[in-house]
Amino acid sequence: MSVASTAASAAQSSVQANLKGRSRDKNPKSILFLAALWFSLFFGVVVLLALILDTAIAGAPRLDGELFTNYESRINRDETGFRAGILGSVWLMVTTAILAIPLGIGAAVHLEEFADSRTWYNRLVEVNLQNLAAVPSIIYGMLAVAIMGLLGFTYKGIVLGGAIALALLILPVVIITTREAIRAVPEEIRQGSLALGATVWQTTWRNTLPSAVPGIATGTILGLSRAIGEAAPLIILGLAVVREDPAGLLDKVVALPIQIFQLSSESHEEYQIAASAAIIVLLAMILGMNALAIFIRNKFQRSW
Amino acid sequence: MSIKPATASTAPSTHDGRHVDTLATVHQDAERELPALPPDPVMEAHGLNVFYGDFHAVHDVNLSFGRNEITALIGPSGCGKSTVLRCLNRMNDLVTGARVEGEVTYHGQNIYARGVDPIAVRTHIGMVFQKPNPFPKSIYDNIAYGPRVTGMKVDSMDDLVEEALRGAALWDEVKDKLKQSAYGLSGGQQQRLCIARTIATRPDVILMDEPCSALDPIATSRIEDLMMELRSDYTIIIVTHNMQQAARVSDRTAFFTARPDETTGNRTGLLVEFDQTTRIFANPSDKRTEDYISGRFG
Ligand SMILES: Nc1ncnc2c1ncn2[C@@H]1O[C@H](COP(=O)(O)OP(=O)(O)O)[C@@H](O)[C@H]1O
Ligand SMILES: [Mg+2]
Repeated sequence: MSVASTAASAAQSSVQANLKGRSRDKNPKSILFLAALWFSLFFGVVVLLALILDTAIAGAPRLDGELFTNYESRINRDETGFRAGILGSVWLMVTTAILAIPLGIGAAVHLEEFADSRTWYNRLVEVNLQNLAAVPSIIYGMLAVAIMGLLGFTYKGIVLGGAIALALLILPVVIITTREAIRAVPEEIRQGSLALGATVWQTTWRNTLPSAVPGIATGTILGLSRAIGEAAPLIILGLAVVREDPAGLLDKVVALPIQIFQLSSESHEEYQIAASAAIIVLLAMILGMNALAIFIRNKFQRSW
Repeated sequence: MSIKPATASTAPSTHDGRHVDTLATVHQDAERELPALPPDPVMEAHGLNVFYGDFHAVHDVNLSFGRNEITALIGPSGCGKSTVLRCLNRMNDLVTGARVEGEVTYHGQNIYARGVDPIAVRTHIGMVFQKPNPFPKSIYDNIAYGPRVTGMKVDSMDDLVEEALRGAALWDEVKDKLKQSAYGLSGGQQQRLCIARTIATRPDVILMDEPCSALDPIATSRIEDLMMELRSDYTIIIVTHNMQQAARVSDRTAFFTARPDETTGNRTGLLVEFDQTTRIFANPSDKRTEDYISGRFG
């Protein structure tokens, strides 16, 4: 009894002795490394915040109603507005979505549910999809120029042309995110459907796709929020400032980033201020879309 | 060892009160003269061989599944029970690289014959999976799914849904929340929903691949009771890891094992013994079955 208890206390004290000492997580090297990590994070966030704040302060005097309602003006430079650009961007986004969503979903469904991934041509498509997502946007602009040429349009700076360029641009992103969403639907769900006598097509249409909708929506919105900030492919197409609202797919159009780009390269102070204000509007649109994407993901995305 | 008559198989055509009480229940000598094979098989496998690519997964299985009987497929993990089961409604067609040789007949018709539509096969031979897999839809829509996709002529979908849920002993628990998501149900309820979903398409045969392995003992015993009830209307084939479960619910048992190939070392599954459950458990004719049943080999 007593032998046992002394043995136990001896064991106890030796354990305590082993536990003592400085935490090795708190030695100078670790702390230094942690500080470096913090600095990286801080640097990115602070620079971004500073930029936004600076732009917001510069543009503050022009964050008024006329910014949204007026067309660009050469005479009343302090009342110049971005009505054409904002409306144009909305038109472009809607048309881009209408073009890109069905194409993207179709391609993704084919690759995930129907294509035999062992064949060389499907593997080629696979590899190229990843690469396409990294192709500079200006290339897509050139591609759209070629397509519009083939379609017989001489003036290409119209809603359809811009939307084709942007749809091509976001298509890889839409396909990749849709595939991920489809892949996240468990195999057991498909098996359950097929075991009931459903066809692969019915299984995809009634089970897989509806379950993948939140993921598809999130991916598409993130793609569109990239497209809305693009100027390069649209400039290649010849989109330029207009002083009218687009009313159809074949109407001339200008996008907000192009308008900002053109105004900010002018020397007039009033234009600089207006461009800063428009940048804030564009940022708000992008942030709004991203917020919507995050909302959809958190609210509807299913964890299986 | 006392030999007493088991009520279990005295009258194979009547199902009331028929159950296997203990593993020690043994048949009378007279009953041993009964044909070992079911007299009126709904499904049969003849010389069934299954390959996954080059891998010979199942070797030469011959089985027959009697009408209104429960047949259990037992054996150690990886011996090809699920593979055999999936061959019975052509679910193996969906596995890339899977190849089936031999015949599987359903009412005498080879389901692997040219011109047979696997989708039509699956509407007659339903399947319940190991993990409950309800669709992310309402309880009602889960049941209505099969009849809808197969274009079944239905007078009243509401009645059919009720009938299927009653058939799966789930109606009383869900009748007030048919429009709610199936994901709100417990695991055992979800599995009974999957059974209800299967019987809604009015199949002839129901295949179950370890339907209770993800469930607690109470949910398991409810599913077992349900299987006994369903037996009077369906032919049931169940894969189970649980030998007590096979002994409790099944009329016949097929014991599989895996034999390593001399050259490749791959383990090919084969059927060791197929007999009435009471005989398999009380008096197996193969040493390997006896070893497995008595837990000497797992
Ligand atoms: N989809 C598949 N592809 C390749 N091999 C498989 C596949 N499914 C099962 N197998 C193999 O076939 C053998 C039998 O598997 P399975 O039928 O699942 O056994 P059980 O259900 O008896 O545990 C195992 O060796 C397994 O690895
Ligand atoms: Mg299995």
